Amino acid sequence: MIPFSYSRATDANGAIEQVAGNHTKYLGGGTNLVDLMRENIERPTALVDVTGLSNEITETPDGGLIIGAAVRNTALASHPIVRARYPVLCRAILAGASAQIRNMATVGGNILQRTRCSYFYDAAGSNCNKRTLGEGCDAIGGFARYHAILGASPSCIATHPSDMCVALAALDAVVLVDGIHGERRLALNDLHRLPGDRPDVDTVLEPDELITAVELPQFSLASRSTYRKVRDRSSYAFALVSVAAILNVKDGLIADARIGLGGVAHKPWRARKAEAILRGGPATIAQFEAAAGAELADAQPLQDNVFKVELARRTIVAVLEDLRDTQ
Amino acid sequence: MQTSTHLEISRRDLLISSAATVAVTGVAGGAIAQSAGNDMVQTSKVSFIVNGDIHNMKLDNRTTLLDALREHLHLTGTKKGCDHGQCGACTVIVDGRRLNACLTLAIMQEGRRVTTIEGLGKPGDLHPMQAAFIKHDGFQCGYCTPGQICSSVAVLEEIGANIPSHVTADLTSPVALTAAEVRERMSGNICRCGAYSNIIDAISDVGGMKA
Repeated sequence: MIPFSYSRATDANGAIEQVAGNHTKYLGGGTNLVDLMRENIERPTALVDVTGLSNEITETPDGGLIIGAAVRNTALASHPIVRARYPVLCRAILAGASAQIRNMATVGGNILQRTRCSYFYDAAGSNCNKRTLGEGCDAIGGFARYHAILGASPSCIATHPSDMCVALAALDAVVLVDGIHGERRLALNDLHRLPGDRPDVDTVLEPDELITAVELPQFSLASRSTYRKVRDRSSYAFALVSVAAILNVKDGLIADARIGLGGVAHKPWRARKAEAILRGGPATIAQFEAAAGAELADAQPLQDNVFKVELARRTIVAVLEDLRDTQ
Repeated sequence: MQTSTHLEISRRDLLISSAATVAVTGVAGGAIAQSAGNDMVQTSKVSFIVNGDIHNMKLDNRTTLLDALREHLHLTGTKKGCDHGQCGACTVIVDGRRLNACLTLAIMQEGRRVTTIEGLGKPGDLHPMQAAFIKHDGFQCGYCTPGQICSSVAVLEEIGANIPSHVTADLTSPVALTAAEVRERMSGNICRCGAYSNIIDAISDVGGMKA
């Protein structure tokens, strides 16, 4: 870890004022950033602790929810409204990490956590374009069991590790951002990037920009939603494939369907091709299979992770079937 | 309480300070003042309570809570296993919530109340969970045990506080104390000796769970 200065902020303006160039990082729970700093993969010379920002969860007049960026993962998953109306979000958070880490991790930090690709972490022994642009990607041709099957590039096949973000993607969450040039609102689905030829850049945020809150739209549909995570052990492991789904069936027809996929791409993957096939169609297994097949037709797996295509297909179908049967 | 003033500097301490975690007040305050450049902004004063005692420290900003506890306050009950948040050996309770002391910086704990294994109980005055681990043989080598016990105490409190888990079937009903709930909630604590079944027995005993 290289030396750094440390300061605290209690509001967004106070935090943004303390940003000095590209070498300042906002610090949330620290569960990912401190670890990456210890490995010298992240090398900020200044940290601004933003855990003093809003940790409140408030209902909006139109029935949505505003979640402060400093809300801890455990607090969000334990909130009565989240449990009752957004079970997909509650279950996604609880499927992630360990209780110790969920107690520390903030909403803002969860969104901005970096990939757990082992080649990204192995600074001493591996090439990684995300760590050092232009160096090459040792994951391609390496051990790629955990890597992306959708939206990857010849530069990077890393996946985004968050479970929470997969649910936020399906829920059409909006991320509230503040920075030197003012506030803006970004759909969560537009916040993370695909790797392209710049895998070193994870999101569209500028270095000074700070996530201040996440907004969930009013969503009665969310009461028929869930999250399923498939992994190598039953707890405390990253996803091979995960599915966040919201389904609304009326008179045997699909009125609405929203699907997020985790463990398959550089960003939380919104399965819009599948959704397009589902909407208006019959809520049958055949329709679910057609939808999953359409989404995964674009998959470009490697030898080690070709199993993920079938695993994702089956998991999508199983989750939709479960949601249909509990309508 | 200023605990760090009269510590002997062992060879081990010197190795550690030269690596990353520079020093504490009194021992190396001079060294901090004399060092070149802007090192002064890279150390901070921090005060937090550990097991009921307040500690005022001046720490290199890089010092994790784990290293502050072990190397500066010499509370070596809390163990360093993986130093990446994967094993849970460093689990301590901060303001009532368990966390991995290796993944958080000491300077982030300003004003907080930290409980380590030493604060739960002592020989002759054991915490019920410590006694239950002995009764049920909840360990072999014992290295993960302080973290396991801190986690176990927190698990029962979390279930009591109706915090759901990955295996909670109904998110809107009160969470029940079951073996499945305990197993899931303990997944952040690894035991390479494999004492898991006896650990579950110890937690079940203290929690008053029917076998």
